[in-house]
This record gives sequence, C-alpha cells and structure tokens, in this order.
Amino acid sequence: MNGAHILIETLIKQGIDVTFGFPGGSVIPLFDAYLDYKGKIKNILVRHEQGAAHAAEGYARASGKPAVCIATSGPGACNLVTGIADAYMDSIPIIAFGGQVPTSLIGNDAFQETDMMGITLPITKHNYQVRTPNQMAPMIMKSFKIAVEGRPGPVYIDLPKDTMTGEVTEPIPTEVNIAGFQPTKMPNPIQIKKAAEAIAKSERPLLLIGQGVVISEASKELAELVSLTKIPVSTTFMAKGIFDETHPLSLGTVGMHGRKIANYATLKTDLLITIGCRFSDRITGNLKTYVENAKVIHADIDPAEIGKNVKIDIPIVGDAKEIITQLTAELKKLQTKEKTEWTKTIKHYKKYCDECVPIKEGKRIHPKTVMLELNKLMKPEDIVVTGVGQHQMFAGHFLRMRKPRTFISSGGAGTMGFGLPAAIGAKVAKPDVNVFLIDGDGSFQMTIQELGTIKEAGIKIIIMIMNNSYLGMVRQWLELFSDKRYSEVYLGTTPDFLKVADAYGLKGIRVAKKSELESAIKQAIKNDTTTILDIQIEEESNVLPMLLPGGNLKDAFGGCMAGPGKYFEG
Amino acid sequence: MTKEKRHVISMLVEDQPGVLTRIAGMFARRGFNIDTITVGKTTKAGVSKMVITVIGDDQILEQVEKQVNKLIDTIKVMEMTEDKSIIRELCLIKVAISNKKAKDEILRYTKIYKTKIVDITPKTITAELIGDPDKIDSFIELMKQFGVKEVSRTGVTAVSRG
Ligand SMILES: Cc1ncc(C[n+]2csc(CCOP(=O)(O)OP(=O)(O)O)c2C)c(N)n1
Ligand SMILES: [Mg+2]
Repeated sequence: MNGAHILIETLIKQGIDVTFGFPGGSVIPLFDAYLDYKGKIKNILVRHEQGAAHAAEGYARASGKPAVCIATSGPGACNLVTGIADAYMDSIPIIAFGGQVPTSLIGNDAFQETDMMGITLPITKHNYQVRTPNQMAPMIMKSFKIAVEGRPGPVYIDLPKDTMTGEVTEPIPTEVNIAGFQPTKMPNPIQIKKAAEAIAKSERPLLLIGQGVVISEASKELAELVSLTKIPVSTTFMAKGIFDETHPLSLGTVGMHGRKIANYATLKTDLLITIGCRFSDRITGNLKTYVENAKVIHADIDPAEIGKNVKIDIPIVGDAKEIITQLTAELKKLQTKEKTEWTKTIKHYKKYCDECVPIKEGKRIHPKTVMLELNKLMKPEDIVVTGVGQHQMFAGHFLRMRKPRTFISSGGAGTMGFGLPAAIGAKVAKPDVNVFLIDGDGSFQMTIQELGTIKEAGIKIIIMIMNNSYLGMVRQWLELFSDKRYSEVYLGTTPDFLKVADAYGLKGIRVAKKSELESAIKQAIKNDTTTILDIQIEEESNVLPMLLPGGNLKDAFGGCMAGPGKYFEG
Repeated sequence: MTKEKRHVISMLVEDQPGVLTRIAGMFARRGFNIDTITVGKTTKAGVSKMVITVIGDDQILEQVEKQVNKLIDTIKVMEMTEDKSIIRELCLIKVAISNKKAKDEILRYTKIYKTKIVDITPKTITAELIGDPDKIDSFIELMKQFGVKEVSRTGVTAVSRG
C-alpha cells in the first residue's frame, strides 16, 4: 500500500470519518486515495483553506474529538495558518495536513514550496515532516496523541508528495510512545487536601471555571461540587455553558465584557477557586489589582500556566475531572457548609443583573433584543457559533447557554471569519441540533465563500447577521477612546445579503423591526436549507459593561445595571 | 521578585531535525534571553544533551523550565546549581605580545590560571582555558591590558555531582 492509503487507514483507525480539505498538485495522491474508501471516510470540499481549518476547529469544539483539515503545499498550506493559530490559542485539537514538494526537491525553492515547518512551529503544539512512507502511520498516530492528551492543541503534518506515492514496507505499529510527553493527570492528594481546607475555611469562595473543565468533560462533576458546596460559579468566555447559566448560582462570564455580577464576585471573594483557566488579560485586567486580597487556588493540566500571570497560593496540576471529583470527596469528609451570608449577598445583587435596565429601542434593532429572543427560541442542546466583534460579546454576555460545547467562539485569537466555517464544522459534528451562527457583517464577509460549501454539502444552519454597517467593535473603541475619530470602520450597506443568499441557492429574510424577529428565526429553524437572516442592528450601539484593557475590575463601566453607584455599593 | 542571576539548565532532548530551532524559537518568543547554548550527543542513541544558560530571576527560571518541558521533544529538564554540579566552559584566547615584559607577564598569568598554551608566535600567544564561566570572565578581563586579539568561547556544559 502506498503512503496515501496508509494515511487514510490511519485516520479511520483514529476514528476520523470526515475531513475538511481543498486539493492541489502535492495532495493529488491523497485525494485519489479517498476514492478507495467510500463509505468509510469523506472529505468536505471547502472554498478556501482557511475555511477547512476553522471547520475542523468547529467540529472539534462541538464534539470534543480531534478533527482534520487538508491543504496543498505552498499557498494552500499558508491559508491554513490563521486557523491553526486560532486553534493554538484556544487549545483545540486539530490535525492539519499540508502537502509538500517531493523530498528530493525540498530546499530548492521548487514550485509551491514553502517552509511550513518553520511557519507553523510557533503556532502548533508540535509539527512533523514525514520523510519516508514508513514514517506515515507512526507520525500520524503520535500527532493524534499529542493533539488530544494533556492540554490539547493543533499539530501540523508536512507531507512531501513522494511519501504519499511511495510504498510502505514496514508493519504499522499498534501503539506509539513519545518519551518526552507524559502529561500529569492525577493531582497531588496533598494539594487537594490543602484546597479543600482552604475552601472550608473561606467565607466568600468563588469558582472560576475555564475551558479546561469543558475539555475534560467534567460538567457533571462540577454540578455535583456546586450542589454540595453552594459556591457561586463564574466562567470564562471560553467555558460558557459548562455550568447551566440559568442556575441560580451561575454568575455567567467574567472579564472585559463579562457580567457585572461575575466581576463583582471576583472583587469580593476571599478565595478564588480556578480550574482550567489561564488568566488571560481579557479576564484579569490589571494584574496588580486582580484578586489582590484573595487567596487563589489554581488547578490546570498545564504546569506552565500556574504562576504565569497570577500569584498562586495553592497550585494543583492535573486533569480537571479528577481534581473536581477528588475535591468534592475531600469536601464531603470535611462536611463543609454553605456560606449563607455570601450566597445571600450574591443572590441579592444577581437580581439586579438579571433584570437589567430596559433597552432603549431606536429605529433599528438593539443587539441585546436579538439575544433575548434567541434565549427563548433555542433548545438547550442547540449550538451557537459566533464571529468576532460586538455581536460576539453581546452573545457572550446575554445568551444563557445550558450545556458544555454549545457556545463556540474564537477566544484567544479573536479571528474574524471564524464563524461561518466553524458553524459548518459544528453542524457536521452534531447534525441533529440547530446551529445558530451569530455573525457580524464584517466578520461574515471574511469567509463568505463558504456559503458554497454549505450549499453543495447540503448543510443547514441558521445564519444571523448582526448587520450594523460597521466594524462595530473597532468603531466602539474609536468612539470611547479616540474621541469618535472614525477611521476605516464604516462598511456601508453592501452587499445585499439576501441577494448573496439567493446567488448561493439559499434562503434569506430581512429583519428590520423587533416585531419581525421571532417569526423570522422560527422560519429559519423550519426551513430545510440554510437561511440568512439579515438583521438590521442599530448602527452605533455599544457593548457594555466594559473593563478597560489593563484596567482595574472595579472600574468596569456602563452596562445593564440598575441599582446604586458606579458599581455595586461597598 | 528575586535577584537576576545566571541559571544553567540542562536538558535531554530527542535528536530530531529542528529540535534546536524549536528550543531557541521558544526562548525568543517568550522573551527569554539565551546566554550560552551547547548541544552534544549522549550515550543513548537518538538523545542529545543541551545545556542553556539564561539570565533572570527565579520566576523567569521557573517559566523557562516549564515551557521547555512542554516541548514535545524535551525528555528531561534540570537546573544545574553551582553547589550540586560541575559547570565548565572552554575558552580560546589570543593575546598580543607587545614586548618581552608583556610576554613574561602573560605567561605568568596563564600559569596562575592553569591554562594551556596552544599556540605561540612572535606577536601572539593563544591560551586554552577550561573553567567555570566566572573564571573565564576574569581571565579575559585580566588579558585586556595586553590587547586581546580574539576570543572564542564554547558556552557552558555541566554534569551533576555524585
Ligand atoms: C482577521 C481579523 N482582522 C481584524 C480584526 C480586528 N477586529 C476586531 S472586531 C472587528 C470588527 C468586527 O466587525 P463585525 O464583524 O461587523 O462585528 P461587529 O463588531 O460590528 O459586531 C475588527 C476589525 C480581527 N479581530 N480579526
Ligand atoms: Mg458589524
């Protein structure tokens, strides 16, 4: 068998039945091999390789399983780069294959030769160049192991053409071993004990849950910990939905555009219990004042994250599910009691936050209105994917997600254009749920060509374009910090998204008034093809509250806070 | 924050193409400054030993160790502290001879520092010195008065004691 066939067989053994890819000279042998594995594996032909990478990400984010994208050498592989970098920032397990010129031509500046090993080095967890057909299977097997185990991340594999056409002569190993890769899964029991004792002693404990808990599939364990201890739960943007956001103890997301109640609790806590979160600058603001008066427990599978940004009192290295389970067991032994004073205060202020100030609706629709409507119409299993910008932050702030892996967004990289292809990947992974894409008019146009993929692959999603004619997030920064000196942020009113929908053979509905919203979304859910809702959003609405970049949490301003003072009293 | 000082980090790495780029690239990306770097084979096939010195406080050291450990090609990372390891560097230094008096003095110093004279011409003396980097620093400093024509240092290598 040649290298290409072994490649496909290895993918199938790894549980892959669908890939996202785009052909070219160097990968002709690979796509040729697909013809021999019909019914076992298929490729979804994207319209641009960036789409392949984001679609793989969407698949991985929705399913928790690793996903594969493929491009040809040179420009094809270069087009994967944004998606690989995005996956790296958000710890998403994708395996990206790039074709390469034959080994005999490497280093000669042959046609469509690009040093992809060099380019992907700083944006992958690891990368491999297959040098002989015999290395094909073991390198792919190692890549899957690396992508998935410990803290996940993307792996790039460079495929010189002759490694796919050449014959594999050695037997395929059943297992691979990587000497330098043994992530710590089991936490140190002494640290668990210390953490449990600190929790028992604390008066105002707060959970800060990050995507690590999503990755380790520990939502059930987390719910048990909370039901035992009644500790309020804040999450990062990336972990949205890991804990039912309609639960009375859910405070929603923290950080720059997080909910005030979550940031308030962060200011007031005396013990922050952080699990699977890397304390990004969008969460902490000014590191000097962040939780300056609280003790911090930090549990993470990546030891390099502990102490990187925030000074930690009790570090725990290990898998989140293990840690939560053991912590719960330890706390049961200690017979911890609910901190009733604290939960009462939290519930009291949370009420303000839930009620919010009413929206002043102008001629066009306020973004928040859309989110509140969607909260009513989506089912708990349904998935929301977003673009990047104001609409993304409105979604993060106002949507109430109830299950893990239902909120999919580019967090660490903030990649405009992520939304549409990621929504394709999510729908392929979860064909039985509704996938809502909440996208910006700017973001959507960055990967709009994937509407072709949607049509031809028969994928049905619901596209909600939050059309404000602006690169809204940048416009907001210019309004707030540059005295409204708007420069290069107005997009105008093109294109006509309904005509775009029509051109691709899809459905389109314009939503100009609040009163049309409900029926339009319902219609899009009912339609049997993808529908684009062109939602006419107020042009200059701002996402608030907002924490200034590098600012102090207590100075977060604006937002839907009825009640006293600039922030909560006290 | 603790004081900045030199840290010697020893690591075993897989002898793969590009492993040096990976490690050097990670240092550059995270803003850690490599002071010296040496690489060599070990007795185990496919495993190389790399010794890197960095200047920084304890927090930098901790991050360096953790980030290096994270690289897939890294098998083991250790800090080599002065009390628990033998730390050596080799230096070749070519010094100008301006007159007889200078020559005698240079030779006297090379003896005190236990260096080996590896080349001598009417105008230059080249000495080979093996020692810890501080000793080499001080020898070079001492030779500056005579005129140092060329210095070549290998960078630090180290083994643990016992
Ligand atoms: C690829 C890329 N380019 C530029 C940016 C910078 N950026 C962040 S948000 C934003 C505006 C997004 O506009 P739109 O998609 O219309 O969303 P809105 O903010 O209007 O809701 C820009 C330009 C980015 N995040 N990604
Ligand atoms: Mg916009």
